[in-house]
Amino acid sequence: MTKITYVEHNGTEHVIDVKNGLSVMEGAIKNNIPGIDADCGGACACATCHVYVDAAWKDKTGTPSAMEESMLDFAENVEPNSRLSCQIKVSDALEGLIVTMPESQH
Amino acid sequence: MSQQAAAGVVIVGAGHAGGTAAALLRQYGYDGAITLIGDEPIAPYQRPPLSKAWLKGEADADSLSLKPLSFYAEAKIDLIMGNAATAIDLKARTVTLASGDAIAYAQLIIATGARARPLPLPGADLKGVLSLRSAADAEELKAALGPGKRLAVIGGGYIGLEAAASARALGADAVVLEREERILARVAKEPLCSFFADYHTARGVVFETKVDVAGFEGADGHVTGVKLADGRTIPCDIALVAVGLIRNDEIAKAAGLNTNNGIVVDENARASDPAVFAIGDVAHRPMPHYDGRMFWLESVANALEQARHAASVITGRPPPAHEVTWNWSDQYDLKLQIAGMPFDVDATLVRGDPAQAKFAVFHLKGDVIQAVEAVNAPAEFMAGRQLIGQKKRVSLEKLADPTVSMKEVAA
Repeated sequence: MTKITYVEHNGTEHVIDVKNGLSVMEGAIKNNIPGIDADCGGACACATCHVYVDAAWKDKTGTPSAMEESMLDFAENVEPNSRLSCQIKVSDALEGLIVTMPESQH
Repeated sequence: MSQQAAAGVVIVGAGHAGGTAAALLRQYGYDGAITLIGDEPIAPYQRPPLSKAWLKGEADADSLSLKPLSFYAEAKIDLIMGNAATAIDLKARTVTLASGDAIAYAQLIIATGARARPLPLPGADLKGVLSLRSAADAEELKAALGPGKRLAVIGGGYIGLEAAASARALGADAVVLEREERILARVAKEPLCSFFADYHTARGVVFETKVDVAGFEGADGHVTGVKLADGRTIPCDIALVAVGLIRNDEIAKAAGLNTNNGIVVDENARASDPAVFAIGDVAHRPMPHYDGRMFWLESVANALEQARHAASVITGRPPPAHEVTWNWSDQYDLKLQIAGMPFDVDATLVRGDPAQAKFAVFHLKGDVIQAVEAVNAPAEFMAGRQLIGQKKRVSLEKLADPTVSMKEVAA
């Protein structure tokens, strides 16, 4: 289990213990946290699980694949710390991770 | 507790659409009773991986479920599994279940989906003649595939092709039998059809096109081959029938709701009775991005969009803007992403090179994009989806030139 803090766009925080091996997206979906839609269920096909990764965690979450980058290029309100949360695997190294949701996924 | 006191939202059908609607109602602050009724013995799960990652063994059962089972109790959603609705009384606002129980509703969401279209041919009841719709179907298919096994797929649509690709990944042989001249005939055009046919052929899948299936041969009650109308028999250990679907709209029709091969709904997923919504595969819906014409969509994107609309209306939220419809397919190392519908198309434009397995087919009405099919081309999909929604005129010269970025095309 790894502690992840999901912050909604309105500032509401959800601190969740997520099973290692799941994606950051799955941690949110399985706990019914609003703000991450993940319509395609993690197939990197829809860009509706967009999050902003807290600066301190940017390196630990790795670099996005070419596929993910192309998807993010056309998502709304993209920032340099934008990621698709279905592409970030949860592990001990991410203990304490903080991700923030954009205003909308659509 | 009287029935009337319990009347809240009843959701008939616990698939992707129904399960999502239940969760969204709670997310949107609905505090009445929610009853979610499904005929399968398991909680709502995602179907797309059943022919893709899950079939190949790349995803476990846990990852299929929409929510953990504990969620339903925590969210006070009464999940009734293994029970189907058999009748709806619109006047009394009740749903009758196969178990004999009647449940009162204030609002009803029908999310009964569709079932695989059967082939009523001799031998169709043999063991090993399968369809692929439910997790139980997928379990049976997966258990039957493996090195040396022979899969015959009837129907060269996306599910059939995904199953063939997954079978090859598991070491099984795969033959695809298609009635039309080419695979994907009903859902795609050239060069996409030829591209997929060639890609599969290069990975060992055998195609038989323009063939009619006459029946199934068997031994000891188990299928051993598919009989063709031309007299040949295609030997197989397992036969997958993937020839489309039938919408489960019978109880809606019997109740007196408007149906047209699916439950007719408005753009917020409301059926002809104002207390009833229909979402997902079972709905016959308007297409706001295409002059509001009526159509049938069979996709997760459609199920989720309509779930959001129904849950928004019920909780008094403004419904979200309508999405440009989209879908995807995974085969081998290919990701196909589709946006829009090729309505009123007068030309197609190919961007990129099919030989490199990275290209997109744009379907055009003049210089407006109506639909895009993108193979390993996410920028084309994402930009295409935006441009379709904006109905924006594009430079066809720039669109056809892969050295011009999609950012610039969309600018």
